[in-house]
Amino acid sequence: MFNWTQNLADWLVYSALGISEKSHLGAALNFFIYDSIKILILLFVIIFLMGIVNSYFPVEKVRNFLSRNKLYGAEYLMASLFGVVTPFCSCSSVPLFIGFVKGGIPLGVTFAFLVTSPLVNEVAIGMFLGMFGVKITLIYVISGILLGMISGFILQKMKLEKHLTPWVKDVLVNAEREQNAFESEKTPLKDRLPFIWDEVKKILTGIIPYVLIGIAIGGLMHGYIPDGFFEKYMHRDNPFAVPMATLLAVPLYANAAGILPVVQVLVAKGIPIGTAIAFMMAVVGLSFPEAMLLKKVMTLKLILIFFGVVTMCIIFSGYLFNLIL
Amino acid sequence: MTIKILGTGCPNCKRTEQAVKTAIEELNIDATVIKVEDIMEIMQYNIMSTPAVVLDEVVKIKGRVPSVQEVKDLFQPEYKINL
Repeated sequence: MFNWTQNLADWLVYSALGISEKSHLGAALNFFIYDSIKILILLFVIIFLMGIVNSYFPVEKVRNFLSRNKLYGAEYLMASLFGVVTPFCSCSSVPLFIGFVKGGIPLGVTFAFLVTSPLVNEVAIGMFLGMFGVKITLIYVISGILLGMISGFILQKMKLEKHLTPWVKDVLVNAEREQNAFESEKTPLKDRLPFIWDEVKKILTGIIPYVLIGIAIGGLMHGYIPDGFFEKYMHRDNPFAVPMATLLAVPLYANAAGILPVVQVLVAKGIPIGTAIAFMMAVVGLSFPEAMLLKKVMTLKLILIFFGVVTMCIIFSGYLFNLIL
Repeated sequence: MTIKILGTGCPNCKRTEQAVKTAIEELNIDATVIKVEDIMEIMQYNIMSTPAVVLDEVVKIKGRVPSVQEVKDLFQPEYKINL
């Protein structure tokens, strides 16, 4: 599907610019041009498609669905799935959290949503498709959903309600299951498109600099670092590689779009894919600013437990992927 | 007329505030803009995503950044302005 981009990059670098195919510069530049075009196209398509899906699943609808129906355990799956299709901004995490609590949704189910929503989003999916292909993307998406479900389930079993801040406890006491059905907007797709289009433009312009810088760094590494270079440091048999990669990723919250191209090169140069996925999940899923915002609704202890459980689950899935892939 | 902008201070909330202020300036109308950043106060409006624009205590826009034109359209019934 993207052969033409490769041809274009080959022609531009080797013929038009006359840089040798064997040179480091040639390899780096070729990688940069090929990857930039491919990733930007994929990001555009995925962000647009997800935008359409998003516009049919406003959070209020999700909340009311989870609040109204007794699902006998399936609510963790539903919350996680909704997390995938609902747009997430860390600045909305607090109102969202309160909204869920108000609707009488169990804390663990809310956590399932809060884990999956940032983890599996349109930018991550677009980048993964471009960088690693369909199979790895599916694995990433499915494990993101499972991760949310399992973390949510564990957190629910820990009975953490007592660690909420006092005013949230008051909300909890007055919580009631939503009885009235959600009045969905009957706006036709045609009228939604301008808004969706605006969102696409906003998201893309926001991430393009990071994507290009990331691909540029990836390109340099691709051209100048020999294949298999990292294998000796982050080898499959090194038991500390996965936790190290996960912990390393936590402070890198803001630049998921810029980090993936680098991770792709790391994988090409010998880092096992499970370690790389754990790293990515920690970058996207464990964000420091989100933790700061959540301080309004949770005690520090609860935030630490929440992040701790998610981190453990990420490390575990990293090991699992290294075993099975 | 009182316009409240609800948001915890994220970039989107600032863009919303900017859009509202531009609309007010361009229409040259008399309105008070209040930025509400306190989460407990925000939650009283029963919204689940920010930013939100509240016009005389009624939530008009939530969860996205409106365009300047959209904000002007909101003011329209209030002021019977020809836009």
